Amino acid sequence: MTKVSMTVNGKTVSGEVEGRTLLVEFLREGLGLTGTHVGCDTSQCGACVVHVNGEATKSCTTFASLCDGAEVTTIEGMANPDGSLGKIQQAFQDHHGLQCGFCTPGMVMSAAALLKDNPKPTEAEVRHYLDGNICRCTGYHNIVKAIMAASGQDVSIAAE
Amino acid sequence: MPDGGIGAPTKRREDLRFLTGKGRYTDDINLRGQSYCVFVRSQVAHGRIVSIDTSKAAAMPGVIQVFTGDDFAEVGSIPCGWQIHDRKGEPMLEPAHPVLARGKVRYVGDAYAAVVAETEAQARDAAEAVEAEIEELPAVIDMVKAVSDKSNLVHDEIGSNLCYDWGFVEENREATAKAIDEAYHVTTLELVNNRLIPNAMEPRVAVGDYDETNDHSTLHTTSQNPHVIRLLMGAFVLGIPEHKLRVVAPDVGGGFGSKIFHYAEEAFVTFAAKQIKRPVKWTSTRSEAFMTDAHGRDHVTKIELALDNEGHFLALRTNTYANMGAYLSTFSTSVPTYLHGTLMAGNYKTPHIYVNVKAVFTNTVPVDAYRGAGRPEATFQLERVIDKAAREMGIDPIEIRRRNFIQPDEFPYQTPVAVSYDTGNYQATMDKLIEIADLDGFEERRAASAARGKLRGLGVNCYIEACGIAPSNLVGQLGARAGLYESATVRVNATGGLVVMTGSHSHGQGHETAFPQVIASMIGIDPSMVEIVHGDTANTPMGMGTYGSRSLAVGGSAMVKATEKIIAKAKKIAAHILEASDQDIELKDGMFTVKGTDKSKAWGDITLAAYVPHNYPLESLEPGLEETAFYDPSNFTYPAGAYACEVEVDPETGQVEIASFAAADDFGNIINPLIVSGQVHGGIGQGIGQALLEQAVYDDNGQLLSGSYMDYAMPRASDVPSYVVDHSCQTPCTHNPLGVKGCGEAGAIGSPPAVVNAVIDALHRGGHTHVSHINMPLSPSRVWAAMQKS
Ligand code: FES
Ligand code: FES
Repeated sequence: MTKVSMTVNGKTVSGEVEGRTLLVEFLREGLGLTGTHVGCDTSQCGACVVHVNGEATKSCTTFASLCDGAEVTTIEGMANPDGSLGKIQQAFQDHHGLQCGFCTPGMVMSAAALLKDNPKPTEAEVRHYLDGNICRCTGYHNIVKAIMAASGQDVSIAAE
Repeated sequence: MPDGGIGAPTKRREDLRFLTGKGRYTDDINLRGQSYCVFVRSQVAHGRIVSIDTSKAAAMPGVIQVFTGDDFAEVGSIPCGWQIHDRKGEPMLEPAHPVLARGKVRYVGDAYAAVVAETEAQARDAAEAVEAEIEELPAVIDMVKAVSDKSNLVHDEIGSNLCYDWGFVEENREATAKAIDEAYHVTTLELVNNRLIPNAMEPRVAVGDYDETNDHSTLHTTSQNPHVIRLLMGAFVLGIPEHKLRVVAPDVGGGFGSKIFHYAEEAFVTFAAKQIKRPVKWTSTRSEAFMTDAHGRDHVTKIELALDNEGHFLALRTNTYANMGAYLSTFSTSVPTYLHGTLMAGNYKTPHIYVNVKAVFTNTVPVDAYRGAGRPEATFQLERVIDKAAREMGIDPIEIRRRNFIQPDEFPYQTPVAVSYDTGNYQATMDKLIEIADLDGFEERRAASAARGKLRGLGVNCYIEACGIAPSNLVGQLGARAGLYESATVRVNATGGLVVMTGSHSHGQGHETAFPQVIASMIGIDPSMVEIVHGDTANTPMGMGTYGSRSLAVGGSAMVKATEKIIAKAKKIAAHILEASDQDIELKDGMFTVKGTDKSKAWGDITLAAYVPHNYPLESLEPGLEETAFYDPSNFTYPAGAYACEVEVDPETGQVEIASFAAADDFGNIINPLIVSGQVHGGIGQGIGQALLEQAVYDDNGQLLSGSYMDYAMPRASDVPSYVVDHSCQTPCTHNPLGVKGCGEAGAIGSPPAVVNAVIDALHRGGHTHVSHINMPLSPSRVWAAMQKS
């Protein structure tokens, strides 16, 4: 067991972890932050994406011990300070970019990372960037639309 | 009319918790004193268990108990929910399905032992220390060979690998054969409907709990239908009466059919929790999910379509081998039969139809319903053979369909395969499709693709589906071992808010948003006054859950019936207070008014009176305002539509790109168009996955070669286009109170043939006129190979 401390969603936290403890286990089991999900065991689905020091990271393949001293942001840290939905989250709701919600935290975290580097992506760029995030429910249509909308680009309302 | 009632594209209220990480999925549940379970699974497809030695594992750190099949000797078999009778009227062969394998293992992943330990890591380590001697037997993999092979049986005790040989409708057999023999033209197509792995993004999880003081068991599970699990597991497997068993399915991360079925792991954790008197949790890894979630499709089919010289359909015959896998999963037997054969008429008038299905046991994981369940298999073969026939006869593929459509004035329409369609307008959805897909502009787009060296093709097809399968007494005659009604309890609170407890279940469909829209319109109140409770047998009435696009058509109808009872009673209360006859009371915009007067009372005044019955007709009316209704539909609903896909094929590599996809659907009335579009998008995404990418592959030894996301190609965002969808063509269902038909599966049913038709069209336009079919998935290598042959 080794001790780790990190900043998660702006709060300093610490805990004892084994060498094999994954970041996602530390977040879910250690801190009770169950918004980050595990959808696979081959680092392919992206349900577990969080930000570590500002970079989109698959927490299922990151050891918790290696995040000592890191700044971690999870889906629980994405709302506005007043608790209302952040811009990307709001766009997902506005455009029905989620159904069962299981892939959603990873999608939102990936989208945030994309828009940080590429504030006005094309549709093709969005689709390409999401190659590491699988959604089985939405056929991606409304996820792509939501991300385009969150980037401030014009998308017709997704009602029809 | 309040804002946000029926027809409004209301944003989903459940999104708030999912978008902030506050969803509560089964794996998020951790109970005090919880232990963890890991299954020991067979690595061979078929083998005789000679011995299992658990002593080493039992001595490992943290291990609480190691279980084998012998511990379940007194426990029942996992039941199958539908008994099929074969062509001679004999019941299907129904082998036992033990919770943990005894005697033999029958597929890679079949669990023969399980370790329960203090931590998941300890359970995993100990599972590796379970020593089993398993004598490997040759695997039964090829369905067609398996039928005649009596020397190698998946289940020795039943004497055959053939579960049933089903004919439908058996009386049509001769007339169909005669019509085919005498026809002007017969188009024949042999095809495979590829085996798929459902892959809901949330892997299955089960947490068993036992309260010794009350002798009460609770199962938290990733289920689409908690009441069905409670009934099957309680009554048939573990012998626990319903009042001593609670099943909770909280937020569920997608199902697509794969979470309908009662799985052995659920029975295991419930049983083990009682044995060790502690909660037991099992969380499937994705690798386990690939091996153990019921797969879908897997049909090998020959279809023949007979036509006259003008392209009118005269007869249709189809022969299918359907893979059951190693055991009969809950609804496995109904999928290739009543959910498939009944749909073979499609949108067309074909006087003679005969369907034969041979269901076969193999050493693979069980196969059961996956989004569409039987209806995609029916639609695919029908719409492919029509396309082939059109090409052979030189008739435009849209025209040949139009020529054979059931016309709008011919409803209700009795098909030769038992069902009667209530409404539809197939010409209208085809017209709409031509408009939204801009089919008039195809030639221009084709030329532009050609200029870039790409072969562009257009595929068009129709589909029909049957949702809300019912009525219970009819399906009972056909072998269903359950009713197919749905239920709702509507509880009105004193201050006017409502809670609806539904027996259906949402795992992405948005019940929490859409159901209140219905009540809001009925009463004339804001939808925010209505809350939906689902997923827990302790606080919802017995219901059959969510699958087969039934939630709104059946569950929504139950809710309407219960709300009608509420309104009728509330009117009586209002009549008393307003000193009028209840016949004269009108309810509009949340106000009860005496017809033709300005005397009125608000909704909240009446609900308060129901619970504070001071000025109240107590002698003739009970206080309170809570009603339950069970709704058993008189018929299926029949959504239908027309789909178009354009593809670009790279002639050098065989790579297929979806250039566009359009869907014109008739779902009857629409409650929330935002949610309906989302359902269609998701279905199309899965259908494109089936057509181009996905394939569960077992080798001859029964090893699953496509057992991870590295080998099983899931559709990614860059594999699919944006879709054009329309559901403005609406012929309301005639027999349910909302006039709704169901929209959950349409996309997955209608899209695979559109994609394949488009690729074949592209190849023909590119001069590869010898290619009449390519089996799905249309991988670059398959398409390229097809182009090379001549
Ligand atoms: S859980 Fe699938 S990529 Fe991390
Ligand atoms: S919303 Fe269900 S997996 Fe994406």
